[in-house]
Amino acid sequence: MKIRDLILKRITTLVLPFIQVYGFYVIFHGQISPGGSFAGGIIVALGFIAYATAFGTEEGRAVLPEKVTISAESYGTLWYALLGMVGIVKGVPFLANKLAGIDLGVPGTISSGGLIALLGIGVGIRVASTMVTLFFTMLEEEV
Amino acid sequence: MVKLRNLLVVFIAISALYVMLGAVAELPPYGAPDNPTFNQLTERYIGKALEETGVLNMVTAIVLDYRAYDTMFETIVLFTAALAVMVALKLGEGMGDRK
Repeated sequence: MKIRDLILKRITTLVLPFIQVYGFYVIFHGQISPGGSFAGGIIVALGFIAYATAFGTEEGRAVLPEKVTISAESYGTLWYALLGMVGIVKGVPFLANKLAGIDLGVPGTISSGGLIALLGIGVGIRVASTMVTLFFTMLEEEV
Repeated sequence: MVKLRNLLVVFIAISALYVMLGAVAELPPYGAPDNPTFNQLTERYIGKALEETGVLNMVTAIVLDYRAYDTMFETIVLFTAALAVMVALKLGEGMGDRK
């Protein structure tokens, strides 16, 4: 192993947990602080991309198999649409939040915003899985 | 012949630039209170976003509540992008020897 590889891998292993935790922090705090699900999803995906860049695509794929990214991608959108159905079940428009009578909570706490936090998680998962899928697909295929 | 064409290109570019700069000069001043962008929609978002959605981040309030339908199709656009890349670049099972 070259010394450059060693430094790269050590630093990546050290930094990676912080990247991931920060990404999920940005996703979950989208309703009370700057950022949100799109930015947080990108940060989470960047963690995986950094890992795959330092350790090689095969190792990266072993951490995050194709099955996981594909199902995250599909179920993220489905989750969003199902949350939208809450409004229809209650007899108000699709994706309604306050109209559907959902408790909005105290502004500034992590549970505020009713459906918004849950929708944000769906969007974050979607964005992260799309970025990872695009990265791996483009890197793996020697076209 | 070539020179005449160059002259024509320069003329067209300058007239297009004139039209564009004229349009920019017609724009309302940035941030003026009587701009047409400051209508009841802006007032509604700024004044009532907290009350109606219960979130402090107004961008999130607009993206995931007022414009939630929009965001849903935005995620579907991402889905389609990933799908298109996979269809274009990934070889299917048993297609490897066709390369």
